[in-house]
Amino acid sequence: MYKYSDFDTAFVRERARQFRAQVERRLDGSLTEDEFRPLRLMNGVYLQLHAYMLRIAIPYGTISAPQMRQLAMIADTWDKGYGHFTTRQNIQFNWPKLVDIPDIIDALADVEMHAIQTSGNTIRNVTTDAFAGAAADEVADPRPIAELIRQWSTDHPEFQFLPRKFKFAITGSPADRAAIRVHDVGLQVVEKGGQRGVRVYVGGGLGRTPMIGQLLRDFLPEADLLPYFEAIVSTYNLMGRRDNKYKARIKITVFENGIDAFREQVEAEFVRTRAEFTGVDQQILKEIEAEFAPPAFKNDPVDAFEAAKAVDPLFRRWSARNLTAHRVENHAIVTVSLKEHGKTPGDASSAQMRILADLAERYAYGELRVSHEQNIVLPHVAKADLPALFAELLRAGLATPNIGLVSDIIACPGMDYCALATARSIPVAEEIATHFKEIGLEDEVGKMQIKISGCINACGHHHIGHIGILGLDRAGVENYQITLGGDEGPAAAIGDKTGPGFAYDEVVPAIERILRAYLDLRAGADEAFIDTFRRLGAAPFKEALYGVSRDAA
Amino acid sequence: MSVIVRDDGFHAEDWVGEITEVPADTAIAAVAGLAAAGQGGMLRVAFPSFADGRGFTLGRRLRDAGFTGRLRAAGPVLADQYAMARRSGFDEVEIPDDLAARQPEDQWLFRADWREGSYRARLQG
Repeated sequence: MYKYSDFDTAFVRERARQFRAQVERRLDGSLTEDEFRPLRLMNGVYLQLHAYMLRIAIPYGTISAPQMRQLAMIADTWDKGYGHFTTRQNIQFNWPKLVDIPDIIDALADVEMHAIQTSGNTIRNVTTDAFAGAAADEVADPRPIAELIRQWSTDHPEFQFLPRKFKFAITGSPADRAAIRVHDVGLQVVEKGGQRGVRVYVGGGLGRTPMIGQLLRDFLPEADLLPYFEAIVSTYNLMGRRDNKYKARIKITVFENGIDAFREQVEAEFVRTRAEFTGVDQQILKEIEAEFAPPAFKNDPVDAFEAAKAVDPLFRRWSARNLTAHRVENHAIVTVSLKEHGKTPGDASSAQMRILADLAERYAYGELRVSHEQNIVLPHVAKADLPALFAELLRAGLATPNIGLVSDIIACPGMDYCALATARSIPVAEEIATHFKEIGLEDEVGKMQIKISGCINACGHHHIGHIGILGLDRAGVENYQITLGGDEGPAAAIGDKTGPGFAYDEVVPAIERILRAYLDLRAGADEAFIDTFRRLGAAPFKEALYGVSRDAA
Repeated sequence: MSVIVRDDGFHAEDWVGEITEVPADTAIAAVAGLAAAGQGGMLRVAFPSFADGRGFTLGRRLRDAGFTGRLRAAGPVLADQYAMARRSGFDEVEIPDDLAARQPEDQWLFRADWREGSYRARLQG
């Protein structure tokens, strides 16, 4: 795992000192609320519906056991004993007091963490595949590049007041578990002629104008990463619209100017930025790469794992759902579900955080990940240790075997917390999860991504859910629009709107009609919902939702 | 009236030469021409609001286009943005009097250490 350099340590300490002074200057009137706003946002502090909210970065989703314990300490000391893991691999605390936040920032710095640029019109936390460095199918671990981007973008003098927020995502695998096509800049690590580099997509995004990112550069050599990214963001800083915040994201800049004109500007700008970098960044990248060397994997045989699967049906079921192939044969990647049926997706109590930290130290070389699906991943576990790990997770209520199923829902905080939300998200997720478990349909349906947003800003990624649910306000009444056929990854697609929305208590029955239609229509048990949808299109599902007459009309 | 901020604190206006204005919405294609036209004098880049960060990129581009004269950021820039302006190639910041009264000199001197702790400068080499 990456360890802070002396420079990093000095930086986060100094930044904490600056933020403490900013809070004091807000309180003494030196800064107006309008002036303080971007300063607190670029330090992760939001003003929400009921209180301030602090969003802490978990860079590229990688977190150590001691860091996880520190989050538990923060939850107990300054918040209400829990935290919420987000789709962008951050953690949010919903109830801190503004005057306590400088102390929280100091406590983060104590364990090499920060909340820098988790909000604001800045370059945000770089997200990646939660299985990075462990997956069997990756070209290279994308995290060294993510860390290089973290350093370059942190407090970048030109890019703290961009037209709008700016999100990078990077994947090291062609399977793309980082949703790179729906980010402002999406990167895929590739190799060409023995040379390492990235494929660059630009202008993807969700929100009120969802778009799939377009190819900007098919191959960007590793040596040119930072100058090229600087050319992209600097072009956007001048070209991006500032007259309308809903048209300010780079996806609109690219769309309005056209990808070819945008590329031309970037390439011209790249000539300038390329000349600024002397190559020291490449030396630093090499040092960063060394920090991400994998742990010394144990050599234990897998017999006990196979034997436990043969005799224990609960373990067998959990293994089938929650394990992913590791690049080392006698290891596995474990996903710990934070989606227990009926609970808030992505929430973890301080007690659960401590248990996860302990288990990571005992069974996973001290390392954890936060996935964009809002679960916790133990990236390296020897198969020999899986039965013992499972037993402990079961005792802690963390062994829900539902990864990739109906109840593994992504949901934004919605109207329960968020100042922007127009409808509730969390209770909808809870009811869907509970209902389909009760009627026993979850396992039969199999692979399914349901994603729920409580407003048009789409933090719950509903556009790319196989089933997307968007909660709106219609004359003071919650109304939920359903989209079908969205997907992330290499086949990224924006879901189709089905038709008129549904009242709050009609959502679960509507989802059930879709799922029952799928079970009738699928070619076989191994054809996932999304594949059936692609084969047949939306019509039969609309018919299931609204009846034949509407479909014919 | 306005106050000029430099690394050693507040100053009254002391520039007597030519000033070429650089609006915030300057087109990318116009940067090289402005850098040449302003050479030997001052280029004053407008910051219409503290939330508008175009000027930082304009400053950097003017420097890269070869401008070696006095480069000034002018507008209601916050003390917290002083380091960003200096790191983007500006020599000084010109702020309105009321802002200088509300954010006095010590708040600007707090960031006179802008050469320290810059990731961007470290990576550039």
